[in-house]
Amino acid sequence: MIQALALQGIQGLLVIALAPLVTGVVRKTKARLLLRRGASIFQPYRDLLRLFRKESVLAHNASWLFQAAPYLVLAFTWVAAALIPVLAFNLPLGPGADFIAIVGLLGSARFVLALAGLDVGTSFGGIGSSREVMIASVGEPAMLMLIFSLALVAGSTQLSVIAAFTQSPAVGLRISLGLALLGFIMVAIAENGRIPIDNPATHLELTMVHEAMVLEYSGRHLALIELSTFLKLLAYLSLIASVFLPWGIPPTWAGGMQLASALGLFLAKVLGGAVLLAFFEVSIAKMRVFRVPQFIGAALMLALLAGLLRLVSQSF
Amino acid sequence: MSTLLEMIADGRQIGPHAPWPRAVMPPDAWAFAAVQLASGAWTLVSLWAEPGEVHLALFDPAASAIGVMSLRTDSGRFPSIGASHLPARRFERTVRDMHGLEPEGSPDNRPWLDHGTWSVSAPLGAPSREVVSPVVTEPYRFLPVEGEGVHQIPVGPVHAGIIEPGHFRFSANGETVVRLEERLGYVHKGIESLLVNTPLDRAAKLAARVSGDSTVAYSTAFAQAVEAACDVEIPSRAAWLRALMLELERIANHLGDIGAVCNDAAFALMHAHCAVIRERVLRAANAAFGHRLMMDRVMPGGVGADIDRAGRKQIKQLIATIRRRFPGLVALYNDTTSLQDRTVHTGYVDLELVTQYGAGGFVGRASGRAFDARKVFPRAPYSSLDFEVPTSDRGDVDTRVHIRMSEIEQSVSLIDRLLDGLPEGETRTDMHLRDAEGMALVEGFRGDIFVWVRTKADGTIARAHLRDPSWLQWPLLEAAIENNIVADFPLCNKSFNCSYAGHDL
Repeated sequence: MIQALALQGIQGLLVIALAPLVTGVVRKTKARLLLRRGASIFQPYRDLLRLFRKESVLAHNASWLFQAAPYLVLAFTWVAAALIPVLAFNLPLGPGADFIAIVGLLGSARFVLALAGLDVGTSFGGIGSSREVMIASVGEPAMLMLIFSLALVAGSTQLSVIAAFTQSPAVGLRISLGLALLGFIMVAIAENGRIPIDNPATHLELTMVHEAMVLEYSGRHLALIELSTFLKLLAYLSLIASVFLPWGIPPTWAGGMQLASALGLFLAKVLGGAVLLAFFEVSIAKMRVFRVPQFIGAALMLALLAGLLRLVSQSF
Repeated sequence: MSTLLEMIADGRQIGPHAPWPRAVMPPDAWAFAAVQLASGAWTLVSLWAEPGEVHLALFDPAASAIGVMSLRTDSGRFPSIGASHLPARRFERTVRDMHGLEPEGSPDNRPWLDHGTWSVSAPLGAPSREVVSPVVTEPYRFLPVEGEGVHQIPVGPVHAGIIEPGHFRFSANGETVVRLEERLGYVHKGIESLLVNTPLDRAAKLAARVSGDSTVAYSTAFAQAVEAACDVEIPSRAAWLRALMLELERIANHLGDIGAVCNDAAFALMHAHCAVIRERVLRAANAAFGHRLMMDRVMPGGVGADIDRAGRKQIKQLIATIRRRFPGLVALYNDTTSLQDRTVHTGYVDLELVTQYGAGGFVGRASGRAFDARKVFPRAPYSSLDFEVPTSDRGDVDTRVHIRMSEIEQSVSLIDRLLDGLPEGETRTDMHLRDAEGMALVEGFRGDIFVWVRTKADGTIARAHLRDPSWLQWPLLEAAIENNIVADFPLCNKSFNCSYAGHDL
């Protein structure tokens, strides 16, 4: 029990320690693909440190919400990321590691941030919030549909149950799971504001989504929001890792060797995902804001198809 | 109906004024010019002033002729051209700011370049008019937009990235732009004031710094105007070297901008590859002429840098590199459907507008106005070289990118032949200024740069006027973005890439 609790704690610390590195790897890979040398993969840590040291400037008309939002966003995102089982399935908070709960936590974080974007009343904050909510209004139904399809296949929305199912030899080759994975990746790209939905590296105010929302933030507030963004990317990557590729994750505490191999495999999966993301982002241009619903609509249809196939035959 | 040149021949001739005539005209001729402009028979080239006179440079497309009409403004007023011909409005507002002359009958008398922060008013006007003006605190009146759900988005002049300053006031309904209004003038440096009574070498340096990315084109235009005024023929090797530098500058800028358009659609791959080739161009320019941007290499009387065998070899290698690598980039652009989805049908400008504004460069040519100063007013060496001016009538962002891609191909071929046919001989001739006036129209990468100078026999420049092609392209950007979505503005803006520095002067 003690070990399980410790493992839960380690898992929580691991994700927050690892999150900047994942973003660093994405940035580095993109830079190399673009013929640039790129900053070190540890640059996001230095950026965070620099921002934490800096003074936080507030607009005169910023309300308490504007100041509280970064803490709330980080709290929601961190809990969501820490719940996802990456080191072992049956941890003390395992029953809470429910797909719907995690999506709900991430959704709450977004809600708070969108409000904060509106709070100061600048036009860019407003544009960013309105675009973010527009994307969420199509992204979240698609996400729920995906969860339902997975639940139909695995029999539960609990991550440990789904993972145990995909880990078992009974799973075989399933089209519905493949479709769900594809849909999930698309939603993950949209939710994380990556190209082609949003460009995290842009300096063009008018095209920003996430960056426009947080344009008024500085200093430690910005650091918290940046950290949440890193965490969110890691959360989606580890969701994919533990739901669709759960190999190597032990059911519970099973000794140091097991833990080390689980950790190694987790790192490999997540960093592999980061590199793939960089390849994808380099090969595509950003789409118009109004194309986003079509993109996510495709994810929704994939999810629907996965569920339908499952209803037609148990073997899909 | 008389042609422009016949009309000007009837006025009081100012001479010597070369290569095109200038005459002081009676007010009825001025009014006739306004009618001709509004009907589209003539095209506005520029409108500027000096104490007591306003000048109107006109282009008569039917006769391919340029002429300048001047009007005495002893009352401090002149009849507005902008009242009936929109493209003249910003020029008139500038004349009002800089010279204190009032355009009579103009419905738009808001300041343009003067933001109320100068210590003088009308800095270029008659000395007696110079007064210390209080800092104007009344807010600038943007054009009103009415309707349910319409909101304003102010953008700039301080941007999230490091770019030139300009203010853009969007009136949007949701994401759709109802109206865009530009406000420029933030980088006004007072170059025309600095040019008043300036020694020739200093004036040439100032002209080269109007817009850094077109420094060769500005130097060439200024030099040609001075040479025209003083009736100086430059050695043919100098003319060929100027053309060589102009084409190198064109390629460098086109490459940079094609990459930048793609980067604004978050397609950084194209940007990276274009930047690599652009860097090669700049390094070759550095090897051949001793400066990456070739600044101050063109001067009145010729050129200040000759090319040696090593430099020649560098440029030959550059041409080979571009010919080898550029087609692949064009294919990458054309085959990336996600990018095409952004650029095709975005930021459309029609032929009627570009003709009305007389917009030059790729902006005009992408919408069907096939004006190229190298073709319309051919000079050596362009007169003896065969090249095409790519033109299309589709008028969107994609077309402007494609026109620029074709121009790169044309320029590469031109550079190849310029190097092969480069005549031997001197590269400079002595300049002796006289009391005269001269003009020049030079095709820079953005379009035709217009320069007018008045030289004095004591070796100084009395007055000069430099008009960037952006003057006639900025207003079209306002039209291009209409009914597009707000998020597509950076793409439209970059596809125009108008100069702030050249416009604000």
